[in-house]
Amino acid sequence: MPQQEYDVIIVGSGAGGGMATHQLANAGLRVALMEAGDYYDPADEEQRTQLRYPWESPRRGASTLRRPFGDYNSCIGGWNLDGEPYTMKGNTDFMWWRGRMLGGRTNHWGRIALRFGPIDFKHRDIDGLGDNWPIGYDDIKPYYDKLDKLVGVYGSNEGLYNDPDGFFLPAPKPRLHELYYIEGAKKSGVPVYPARKSIITKRINNDRGVCFYCGQCSRACGIHADFSSSTVLIYPVLQGGQVDLYTNSMVREVTTDAEGLATGVSYVNKEENQEYQLKSRSVVLAASACSSARILLNSKSAQHENGLGNNSDYVGRYLHDSTGASRAAFLPDLMDRDIYNEDGVGGMHVYTPWWLQGEKLEFTRGYHLEIGGGMSMPSYGFGFAVNQYNEFLGKQVGGYGNQLRDDIRKFYGSRLSIACRGESIAQYHNRCELDPTVVDEWGIPVLRFDYHWTENEINQAKHMQDTMEELLTASGGVLLGDKPGADQDYGLTKPGEIIHEVGTTRMGTDPASSVTNAFGQLHDAKNVFIADGGPFVSQADKNPTWTILALAWRQSEYIIEQMMQRNL
Amino acid sequence: MSMNRREYLKSLFLAPLSGSIITSSGKLSAATNINWTPLPKSFSYGRTEAEKQTDAELLAENYFRENELLTIAILCDIILPNDHPNGGALDAGLPDFVEFMVKDRDQYKLPVRGGIAWLDSYAIEIFGGNFINITEDQRLSICDEIAYPGVENSTLQPGISFFSLMRNFTMTGYYTTEQGFKDLGYMGNTPNVWDGVPEYVLQKHGMEYNAEWISKCVDQSRKEIIAEWDDDGNLTT
Repeated sequence: MPQQEYDVIIVGSGAGGGMATHQLANAGLRVALMEAGDYYDPADEEQRTQLRYPWESPRRGASTLRRPFGDYNSCIGGWNLDGEPYTMKGNTDFMWWRGRMLGGRTNHWGRIALRFGPIDFKHRDIDGLGDNWPIGYDDIKPYYDKLDKLVGVYGSNEGLYNDPDGFFLPAPKPRLHELYYIEGAKKSGVPVYPARKSIITKRINNDRGVCFYCGQCSRACGIHADFSSSTVLIYPVLQGGQVDLYTNSMVREVTTDAEGLATGVSYVNKEENQEYQLKSRSVVLAASACSSARILLNSKSAQHENGLGNNSDYVGRYLHDSTGASRAAFLPDLMDRDIYNEDGVGGMHVYTPWWLQGEKLEFTRGYHLEIGGGMSMPSYGFGFAVNQYNEFLGKQVGGYGNQLRDDIRKFYGSRLSIACRGESIAQYHNRCELDPTVVDEWGIPVLRFDYHWTENEINQAKHMQDTMEELLTASGGVLLGDKPGADQDYGLTKPGEIIHEVGTTRMGTDPASSVTNAFGQLHDAKNVFIADGGPFVSQADKNPTWTILALAWRQSEYIIEQMMQRNL
Repeated sequence: MSMNRREYLKSLFLAPLSGSIITSSGKLSAATNINWTPLPKSFSYGRTEAEKQTDAELLAENYFRENELLTIAILCDIILPNDHPNGGALDAGLPDFVEFMVKDRDQYKLPVRGGIAWLDSYAIEIFGGNFINITEDQRLSICDEIAYPGVENSTLQPGISFFSLMRNFTMTGYYTTEQGFKDLGYMGNTPNVWDGVPEYVLQKHGMEYNAEWISKCVDQSRKEIIAEWDDDGNLTT
C-alpha cells in the first residue's frame, strides 16, 4: 500500500461514513474510506438479488448464517460472523448485527426515514429521565431539509409537532390491507398517515431511477431508487480521485502521537492477513455505534490509558436500542381475494406515529406502529401451516391432496401484522466494553455486552400488546397466537434485535459525562470524530438512520470549517 | 385416488443425473416406482465466494439413503399430486428440494430421518411392511391417521408432527417454483407502476380512497418530472 497522508480517514461505509465521504470528498479533501467487508454493487449481475425468483436459489430465500434475513437479503454480515465473536456478561442476551460490505447495513434497512422532533432532543425536560441533547431540533433541521432533497424520502406534511414536516416525495397509495388498518385505527381513534421512507417515488435527479415497485428494497436497488449509502453517497464520489476505498480492511485502532492526537489508523488487510497503517490529519469513525466504541477502547496509549476518548469512562455506556413487539391477525374479509400485483414499495405505505404524547401512562417515551401484510412474493416458509386459519372457520386443519391448493389461495394475502418500535431510556449501566480475555481472529479484543431492559421498556411493551390487539381486532382481524404476558416481558424484543443500537459515544457539553461534543468530536482528541449512532444521547421512537445522516452532514461542514481555520 | 396416479407410479428412477435405479425386490408392490423432475445442480443468484462454496458443498452431498428419498417422494406426491394442470410435487422436484433443505439446516436432519423410521415401524406394525413396500391404499390409510394436527393421539404424535413437516416442505417447495407461482396466480416480482388497489377490488370490499389522502400520493403521470418544492415543503412539480 502506498504510504501517504490523507486529510481524513473514514472508518465504515454505512450511513454516517457514506455521508462523511460524500461531503468531505466534494469539499476537496483527500479521503481514505475503510470498509471491513467487500465491494458491493446491487446492479452487478454477480451480486444482484433484486427481481430474482425464489427458485433461482436452492433454498428459495431461506435464511442462512451469512444472511439471517433470507438469502436474497442484501446485507452480508449478520448476528454471527466467522472469526469475530462477541461475548455477554451475566444473563445479558444482546443481539448485534454487523454488516460486512460497502454500504453496510444501509443495503437492507427498512428505509424508514423519520426526523426526530423538538421533544426528542429535550425529553429530560419533560419526564426527568435520561439526558437532553446538547443540540435541539433547530440545529439539525437545516440538515434534515437538505437530506430530504439530496437523498429523497416519501411522506406527507401533517403539521405534527414532534414528527416534523419536511420536503417529501409523494407517497404510494395504501394497499388493501392498509385500508383495513386505516378503517380499524379510525374506530379506535388512532391516527394513520402515509409512511415516510427513503424511496424515490418521483424523480429526484437524473442519476437515480424512480421506484418500479418490486417491493424488494431489502435486496438493494439496481437503479438506486432507494437509499443505500453506497449507491447514493459513495459511488458518486469514487470517480473524482479524492477517495481511496480500502475494502476488506478491518481497523484495529486509531494511532496517536505524543500529544494524544490521532495520526491515522492501523488496520488488517483481511485478504493478505497483513497489518498496515495509514496516516491522516483527522479520523472519522463510522463503524457503527458499538464497533466505533470498540476501536476507541482498543486505541490505548500513554496519553489515553483507558482507550481513546475515554477519560470519562463513558465510551460504550448508554448503549441503547429501540424496543419492539409485534402481533398478527387473520383478516377473514381478505379471504379468497382477487389477485393483482401488490408488491408496492419495500414495506409499508402507511404508519402510525406516536399519538399519546403527554398522556399519563405506566411508562414514558413513545412508540410508532409499522403495518405489514399483503400478497407478497412466496419464498421459503410460504405455505407452512397452509390451512391453519381453517380453525377459525370451523373447518379441518391439515390433510393432503389438491384441496390444499384451494386452501393456499383462500388464505393468500389475508394476514395483517403490526410491529411496534419504541424509545428506551439510555442507561449508564447498559454498555459494551472490551472482553478482557477474548480476541477475534486478528487478535483484536472483542466486545462484551452488559444490557438489561428496565420496567419502563417492559411496561411500554405491555401497552404495545394492548394497542396491537385493539387495532387488529378493530380492523376485522382474528388474532393469531397468544398474547405474551408478564412472564415473557410482553413480547419485548431483545436488546440489539431491532438493530437501532446507539449511544456508546454520547455527545454533551461536559467532558466528564460525555464522549463527544455537539459535533461528534472527541473531547479528548480534537481530530477524531464519530459519525455513526454513537453520539446519540437518546434515540426517540424514530429509526436512527435519517438522524445519523443529518448529524454526519452537519459534522462534515464543521470538519471543513475547522480545517480551513487550521484547527485540525 | 385416480388410476392416473397408480399408473404414474410405475417406473422407478431416482434423480436421473445420479444414474442410479432402484430395482425392486420381489416383495415390493408396484407402487414403489416413482420419478421426479431433478432440480439444477448449480445456481447463480448473487452469491459471495464463501456462499458459492457452501452451496456447492451442500449440493454435492448425498444425505438420504435411497429408501428415505423414496419415502419422501411418495409423501410429497400424496400431499400435492401431479394429476393437476399445474403439476404437483414431483413435477416441481420436491424430493431434491427437501434433501437440500435438510442438508442446509441441521435442525431438520433428525426429525426427517426419525420421522421416516417412525413411519416404517408403524407401517410394519399395521401392514407388515415398510411404508414404501405397502400398497397405496394402505399408505393412504396411514396418512389419514397422521395428516390432521388437531387429532389428539399420543401414540401417533410423532407421525403427525412428521407429516406436518412434510406438508410444510411440500407446500413451500411447490409454491416457490414456476408451477407454484402459476397455481397461486402471483402477479408480482416485475417492474410496474403501483397506482393503488384496482377499482373493482375496492368496490368488492366496500372501500374507497379518501380524497385528502390521495392528494398526498404519487401522480404517476408526473413521476418522471424532477421533484421541486417551495420553501414550505409543498411539492411544486
